[in-house]
Amino acid sequence: MPKRTDISSILVIGSGPIVIGQACEFDYSGTQACRVLREEGIRVILVNSNPATIMTDPEFADATYVEPITPEFVEKVIAKERPDALLATLGGQTALNAAIALDKAGTLEKYGVELIGASVEAIEKGENREIFKRIVEGLPKEWGAEVARSVICHTMDECLAGVDQLGGYPVVVRPSFTMGGSGSGLAYDEEDLHRIAGSGLALSPTTEVLLEESILGWKEYELEVMRDTADNVVIVCSIENFDPVGVHTGDSITVAPALTLTDVEYQRLRDISLGVIREVGVDTGGCNIQFAVNPENGRIVVIEMNPRVSRSSALASKATGFPIAKIAAKVAIGYTLDEIPNDITRETPASFEPTLDYVVVKVPRFAFEKFPAADSTLTTHMKSVGEAMAIGRSFTEALQKALRSLERPGAEFDWSKEWVELDKASLLEEIRRPHDGRLKKVMDAIRAGATPDEIFEATSIDPWFVDQLALINEVATELIEAPELSPALLRRAKRHGFSDAQLGRIRGMSADVVRGVRHALGVRPVYKTVDTCAAEFEARTPYHYSSYDEETEVEPRETPAVLVLGSGPNRIGQGIEFDYSCVHAVQALSGVGYETVMVNCNPETVSTDYDTADRLYFEPLTLEDVLEVVHAEQQAGPVAGVIVQLGGQTPLGLAAGLEAAGVPIVGTQPSAIDLAEERGAFGQVLDAAGLVAPRSGMATTFEHARQIADEIGYPVLVRPSYVLGGRGMEIVYDEQTLEEYISRATEITPERPVLVDRFLDDAIEIDVDALFDGEELFLGGVMEHIEEAGVHSGDSACALPPITLGGLEVDRIREATEAIARGVGVRGLVNIQFALSSDILYVIEANPRASRTVPFVSKATATPLAKAAARIMLGESIADLRAEGLLPTGRDGGRLPDDAPIAVKEAVMPFNRFRTYEGTYVDTLLGPEMRSTGEVMGFDTTFGTAFAKSQAGAQNGLPTSGKVFVSVANRDKRHMIFPIKRLADLGFEILATSGTAVVLARNGVQATVIRKLHETPLPGQEPSTIVDKIREQDVDLIINTPHGISAGTNARMDGYEIRTAAVAEGIPCITTVQGLAAAVQGIEALLEQRVGVRSLQDWAARVTAS
Amino acid sequence: MTQTHEAGSSRRPAPGTPAVLVLEDGRTFRGESFGAQGTTIAEIVFATGMTGYQETLTDPSYRGQIVVMTAPHIGNTGVNDEDFESRRVWVDGYVVRDPSRVRSSWRSNRSLDDLLTEQGVVGISAVDTRALTRHLRERGSMRAAISSEPQHVEGSLDALVALVNEAPSMEGSSFLDDVTTPEPYVVPAVGERRFTVAAVDLGIKGMTPRRLAERGIEVHVLPASSTIDDVLAVGADGKGPDGVFMSNGPGDPATADHVVGVLREVLERRIPYFGICLGNQMLGRALGRGTYKLKYGHRGINQPVQDRTTGKVEITSQNHGFAVDAPLDGTFETPYGDAHVTHVGLNDQVVEGVALVDGPAFSVQYHPEAAAGPHDAAYLFDRFVQLMTDHAPDHAKVTD
Repeated sequence: MPKRTDISSILVIGSGPIVIGQACEFDYSGTQACRVLREEGIRVILVNSNPATIMTDPEFADATYVEPITPEFVEKVIAKERPDALLATLGGQTALNAAIALDKAGTLEKYGVELIGASVEAIEKGENREIFKRIVEGLPKEWGAEVARSVICHTMDECLAGVDQLGGYPVVVRPSFTMGGSGSGLAYDEEDLHRIAGSGLALSPTTEVLLEESILGWKEYELEVMRDTADNVVIVCSIENFDPVGVHTGDSITVAPALTLTDVEYQRLRDISLGVIREVGVDTGGCNIQFAVNPENGRIVVIEMNPRVSRSSALASKATGFPIAKIAAKVAIGYTLDEIPNDITRETPASFEPTLDYVVVKVPRFAFEKFPAADSTLTTHMKSVGEAMAIGRSFTEALQKALRSLERPGAEFDWSKEWVELDKASLLEEIRRPHDGRLKKVMDAIRAGATPDEIFEATSIDPWFVDQLALINEVATELIEAPELSPALLRRAKRHGFSDAQLGRIRGMSADVVRGVRHALGVRPVYKTVDTCAAEFEARTPYHYSSYDEETEVEPRETPAVLVLGSGPNRIGQGIEFDYSCVHAVQALSGVGYETVMVNCNPETVSTDYDTADRLYFEPLTLEDVLEVVHAEQQAGPVAGVIVQLGGQTPLGLAAGLEAAGVPIVGTQPSAIDLAEERGAFGQVLDAAGLVAPRSGMATTFEHARQIADEIGYPVLVRPSYVLGGRGMEIVYDEQTLEEYISRATEITPERPVLVDRFLDDAIEIDVDALFDGEELFLGGVMEHIEEAGVHSGDSACALPPITLGGLEVDRIREATEAIARGVGVRGLVNIQFALSSDILYVIEANPRASRTVPFVSKATATPLAKAAARIMLGESIADLRAEGLLPTGRDGGRLPDDAPIAVKEAVMPFNRFRTYEGTYVDTLLGPEMRSTGEVMGFDTTFGTAFAKSQAGAQNGLPTSGKVFVSVANRDKRHMIFPIKRLADLGFEILATSGTAVVLARNGVQATVIRKLHETPLPGQEPSTIVDKIREQDVDLIINTPHGISAGTNARMDGYEIRTAAVAEGIPCITTVQGLAAAVQGIEALLEQRVGVRSLQDWAARVTAS
Repeated sequence: MTQTHEAGSSRRPAPGTPAVLVLEDGRTFRGESFGAQGTTIAEIVFATGMTGYQETLTDPSYRGQIVVMTAPHIGNTGVNDEDFESRRVWVDGYVVRDPSRVRSSWRSNRSLDDLLTEQGVVGISAVDTRALTRHLRERGSMRAAISSEPQHVEGSLDALVALVNEAPSMEGSSFLDDVTTPEPYVVPAVGERRFTVAAVDLGIKGMTPRRLAERGIEVHVLPASSTIDDVLAVGADGKGPDGVFMSNGPGDPATADHVVGVLREVLERRIPYFGICLGNQMLGRALGRGTYKLKYGHRGINQPVQDRTTGKVEITSQNHGFAVDAPLDGTFETPYGDAHVTHVGLNDQVVEGVALVDGPAFSVQYHPEAAAGPHDAAYLFDRFVQLMTDHAPDHAKVTD
């Protein structure tokens, strides 16, 4: 069946901010969908609040709305654009939930919008556990499909009865209609049940949880399925979880294809998948189905299905070369699979099942170090913040490549620990609990002599995988014992994925020496191709991975190549924003005649779509792996250079090593990168320009740190040198805390000094992104932080143009930026953080690379900074780019028209994903350590409206009426009075703690006194505490600023329970007075109903016109 | 726990015994011996299925072929007693990249290595199977040798290449006598017997009679050398079978003149006919069409085929090196009335099924019985049942 002719415009809903469980894989899928639909001549209207996405680049849609993905805002877009259809299956659970809400509210019917991809009925069949259960049970008996025995509960009493029905604990608790397994968990006893099911009932939009029998320890599989309107169905990929059932698939190590099933068992899973997708009725698009298989007898339990494209779909697409989202978009508009060509072979159709002649391993990346109080046990509730994927010709090769792709010190297997230190019994005990780092402990247990049976008994990891680990250990043992590193042994080790660094650690040499030996012996990787068909047909798409095999498939070329190094697995502080810049570089350079070569290992991204760059190498971003790719490409043809400044700290950290190996780095040179990061040298640059930095010092011992702090005065900001995302950074107010910090949070040595900076309280923090070509500066944008200095810039909301800075300040900032860029030797992008305190402009730090805010600034000012940067790196000037029209003439991001819209960036925090060992949420306070996972943009003519939109997009929108609870620290009481008074005037009921209430009363604001958790009730006072009120959802907005002086101390704990209860209940909670002021402006805007929607294309036309 | 580990004893020493693989065009690969040691010479082909090695190895159609598995890890689930497609392993050589050291499956009772060794199948591992596959894709299937014997492994491989070039080629080869059953046997119908079918064993897989029997068919499996009289002798009361089936099998279909002759007799009598694989080529030939050798064949379980009568695409299991030469569009004349191509391979537009337009005969080139592979095409067995129902003499008509 060809394309439908009755659809000429489609509304695509994206997935909003990056959160745990829903990351940039939906930018990948959404970008593919938008591209395909536009190619088909369809008018594409897009709603996505996340500015850091490629899909929200204006060229990917006809009308791009960076607006909150809430039914209210999406309805405004529908009313304005009147699309024929809505495609919501590519934007994760967020888009699906929005679509269902719009359907339920009658909006789709009112405007005559058809839901394509999956009908509401199909979505409900897939997601409603009771209906889904009936579907599975209705499949032919001989397929053997079962569901875990379960009961649906709506109250805690029903839960208690349900456990009895299932035959007792443990039971799995799953709330209905939440994303990424949010709120689910395993209850071993009644206390667990109260905790998990209690919050699950609250989290579920339908107040429904499911209790089911435990299938812990079973083998877990996922099948990616695709169906078209003619009922043709194919399995795109099978995925096997290394970690058995009990660990969320997002947190599990996963492998494609499935490796431990016979054809008989695999075909049963396939039959069931086909039966389920047909019965659920996902008639045009993809879905995934998860299975558990009992290793004792093969009993199959269908765990769940997602009637939409998922994180696993992105992984499966990258793993197979079958672009699920792209094909899903095509079948959604009527094509059948046999009418769609396979991009990679070009000659064969998409109506086939990819077959792999390699092994793909995905490993999760966690961020528990950011949440020291959080329980690191892996459960059915996803906690990882990113993932790395690796491809090898064997499991061992792929696994070891994947581990080094994580770029974490200690992620690789390590044999340097002495045998005697390994205690088998305690290791076997430790590996019973699935947690971040368990894999390495399994390896240690094998080294300590644990048998495969013992490992299986402790972990239920399939014996085949256990043997593969044993095989790696055997190779390591050979390496340890061999008198010399023979060519045969070296080759064998490389075939099993050992890195030069690992080999070096085992053999007591540096990685450089191993590399030298290896090259001298001619032991180098070859590059194979991901081709969907195991070489049965010729591949037209150069999507490569390395392997120590015989034959390479890299084609020679004439055109000079530019290699762009990506940013690796997502982590807090380095995520989609950097991928965005990399993709832009590729687009810009392909456009001016270079052959672009992307190197990255993150399966979630747009950069690792084989359609993005001319060539894709799916490889770890380590010096070894990158040098080999460079070598392979140099063999293939001329290489103009390597771009290291767009992928964040990951490629930047490789710059010096690449340069030392003779690789041409384009743009800012490694020496300049060092200059910006090295305190002394950077200080000289500032001195020469007459700029100041907060007083600071670098300490190599605690005593030294104490002296510095005394000299410059408390409070001080302390942190380890060379970090991204503020890791290990704290504000310290006194000597005792300083001592605690040094002993607790960091290692201090002459090689790893600790930086001690004067902390500027009450300063306005300013972030700048700029381009410099050696001659001219282009100020990309000046962002003013809404939170005060001390909150990490990544977690702070900010506004562009700066809302309280005048032209003179911006000019000072421009001059300072230019002086620094020139002094450091920037060619390309630079990001500088300033603090304005008592009218003194302090330089906090300068990063000679693309920053997290490049996409935000680019969207807000309609200027493609990363594209311009890439071309500047290759030698073009800002003047050239202005002449061509890529950069605007006569203005820059610091000189925006007076009526330019205001963009507000708000961070999205993952606090609701993490629990402490006691089962409560981790604290939500903002600090110098970055903890946000994503961001949204609010865009409008005034700050208040833009801020209100940013709040609606981030998580919990601002209320326009109801109760506001206020409890602020003494130092904030003065600043709180006016905004709270304003809220009272706007009709809010004010609740406050006694101290705050007294201050408010003196200023003429009546507040109801609510007791804190630990206060005894006063006579006549209502007995419920503020925490009770929050739990009862009897509060609409919470303002709670920390009383304490430093994170981790008891004084701060005061508001802890208030803030965590707010997280649990989803009530907006503001923790700074600056945030309060902004919120008041936002609420005013909402009350005045000034909040409309407008596409980026419209805004850009307006900015360009003026 | 039912998993089995073979700690110690069966672990192969590393590196293993050297082995070589040489192709008739002189390309060589060095690897390690896997399975039995020795030397084998045969046509080399690649198979792309990621699961189902046990079924593949025991599929008689692979007689006379060295099989290269494109999936790198082979042997992970060991070998069990249920998944044999015939009484033995048929491949003449086996090429894999990474054989498994252990087996992980609750159904497994021995390792693949043991099975191959016991059955004398010479194999090689640790070769770049992708490079080999690409070579075969570009140059076509050809003759090859695997050897782990010192006189071939050590020193020049020229002598082995010469030996390969002296071996007979697949074109013109027949292996039917090797693979067919020496004696007829009966697979009883599951439940009530509705039909009796004579199934000519050209290398039949165990799953095929099972799929027929599940549908109430009593299957009389006959040797390939059976005559039309043998076929007609099947069935109650000497009235002949309700239908005739011809199976898959190895070798060049152009050599199977006897079988084609028997099939023509069947068609003359308008007895319902269903053929699979070689059975499709037999129908093609009986209808007057030729067969030809594909460059590198179709061997995999992911092959898209379109049923031209419904437009639907099925994902099929395939294993064929030859194909029927017939016009894709329209009909063609045959002595038994007009015939047409009913199924087409979407990857390369190869004929995957033919049928008489108005007569009771159809066949497909691929494997609806799967094993290994997807079950999408299982409906063809129902179509056979329907055909027998529609063309049944009165006495055989189903009464329910």
